[in-house]
Amino acid sequence: MTGSKLSIAVPSKGRLKDQAADVFERAGVPLRNKGHERGYRATLDGLDGVEVVLTSAAEIVHELKSGRVHLGITGEDLIRETLADVDGSVEFLAPLGLGRADVVVAVPDCWIDVARMADLEDVAAQFVRAHGRRLRVATKYMNLTRRFFAANGVAGYRIMESVGATEATPAAGTAELIVDITTTGTTLRANHLKVLEDGLILRSQAHLFASRAAPWDASPKRLRDVICNRLKTL
Amino acid sequence: MAAESARKFEALEAQATSLLDVFKRAGYEQVAPSIIQPADIFLDQIGEQVRSRTYVFTDLAGHELCLRPDLTVPVSRLYLERYHDASTPARFCYNGPAFRFQPDRNNQAHPREFRQAGIESFGAKNKESADVETVLLAVEAVRSAGLKDFRLHFGDIALFYAFIDSLALPDRWRLKLRHYFWRPPVFHALLSRLARGERPDAEGPAVALARTLDRDDPERSEELVARYLDEKGLPLAGNRTLSEVTARLLDLLGDLRAEPLRKEVATVIDRFLAVSAQPKEAVERVAVIAKGAGIDVAPAVQALVRRFERLERGGIDLGKSTFATEFGRSFEYYSGLVFQIEVEGEREAGQIAGGGRYDGLLAHIGAPRDVPAIGSAIHTERLLAAVERRAP
Repeated sequence: MTGSKLSIAVPSKGRLKDQAADVFERAGVPLRNKGHERGYRATLDGLDGVEVVLTSAAEIVHELKSGRVHLGITGEDLIRETLADVDGSVEFLAPLGLGRADVVVAVPDCWIDVARMADLEDVAAQFVRAHGRRLRVATKYMNLTRRFFAANGVAGYRIMESVGATEATPAAGTAELIVDITTTGTTLRANHLKVLEDGLILRSQAHLFASRAAPWDASPKRLRDVICNRLKTL
Repeated sequence: MAAESARKFEALEAQATSLLDVFKRAGYEQVAPSIIQPADIFLDQIGEQVRSRTYVFTDLAGHELCLRPDLTVPVSRLYLERYHDASTPARFCYNGPAFRFQPDRNNQAHPREFRQAGIESFGAKNKESADVETVLLAVEAVRSAGLKDFRLHFGDIALFYAFIDSLALPDRWRLKLRHYFWRPPVFHALLSRLARGERPDAEGPAVALARTLDRDDPERSEELVARYLDEKGLPLAGNRTLSEVTARLLDLLGDLRAEPLRKEVATVIDRFLAVSAQPKEAVERVAVIAKGAGIDVAPAVQALVRRFERLERGGIDLGKSTFATEFGRSFEYYSGLVFQIEVEGEREAGQIAGGGRYDGLLAHIGAPRDVPAIGSAIHTERLLAAVERRAP
């Protein structure tokens, strides 16, 4: 990263990539890929001194934390899951209205005796008596889960790290309940899962974040303000 | 530790040798269980609090493993490997590394890699003697390392269970209170909810269904629940069974009909859990509270009195010790006497050694039944630091 340039990390694949490209388009500074189509560098048309790094939404969190980029677009869920000190690492510059998803606690809908988080600890106690082991929670959000369960006084569980098809784990018998993202709830319902009444952990969307660890010289600061203003007028 | 100096290494080695000498002279066989442990067994027993600080990883064959966060479970597993039926008494000692992630960064008082020296005793029939022996041996060990100024802090999970068991309560509440003992904030919330006689949400479908069930006929109730699930198109999926769902609905029905917890009973439990004093005084207070409530916990109280008498004869200064009914609520496998050897220090830094009885653990990791077990572990870096702080 050269001293005077502003670097901004943007998701390199999936729907978030297309939506982010659309945002820059509407803001009047369209993304332009450098070199061939599949490159991982880009620029913003009409804004000199900006270098765009295309990488995964998860990697963007690390880039922001370490200060290798000034700005980044990624999901609040990934920021809150990955960073131990959110406010010390990044600044929330602008919500973008993209990638909306709720992180929720969901249990099999045949658990008609369970409606709220408080029921879970009772079930945990019953489960360990009946099965000799703890309730298992399948999730990729280990930290969000731990914090939320602790805040709700639920401790008799263990986490099974799950990176795909989390919603299928209860029926498959590899976990008893899940913490996962949902947008419309269709996938949960199709898997016979229900969200607990007070089981909303986070209402997430993509934001423009600023890294607190990046070198903020005068030029990147000016470019940050330009980008922020453009995004805010959308 | 990350930046272990040669001098520190030598000092720790010398200290470990003297600690192990004390243990071996007392008849404990030295063992060295595996550092890498199966994650499953560990995490099921220890709970998410320690799990969140355990280094867990998946190896190339897909096995979920961990770096041991503590040596009690590994030594217990080693015991079961040697004695499958767990009917032979055995006493082990060890000195080796344990690993815990430190959320506030790795530092000297809270290192992510530290060494535990300790003892575990399995199958000793005389629990009173084993309890006393373990505390005295842990104390002798830290003294042999040069620690002079320290205090002991005691608790007793068995006393709490005895207290709850002797109160006039519906069984389902007793089970809940025993379980929630390990989650103090929830425990108090539950207690006041029971005392206020707060009803569960009277409008919900679960309540409506529960009212159609019969607590004296679980089989018939299960049929009704099965029919309900069927009608609503809710397939019974996963590991939780129909009878478990039904049992909780029957508990709900019981709560709907039950009188609230008598206010005096809630007060008695609160007063019991507030007891914290020098051991003899604390035990007397417990006896007074029990007598006032008209309940009999004499056997558990007497068991404690005898232990303290023997500890005093063994050279423990009870005047400098404390006993708290609440103490011991962090490691869920404890089942009886628990203790800690402490010096001044912020947070965990002053906790030099700890230990306790855990009679239920071995059955959970493969023993055919509960096995009397008690142990103690010394945090050797903290012990060394405490001894050096006091050295001229």
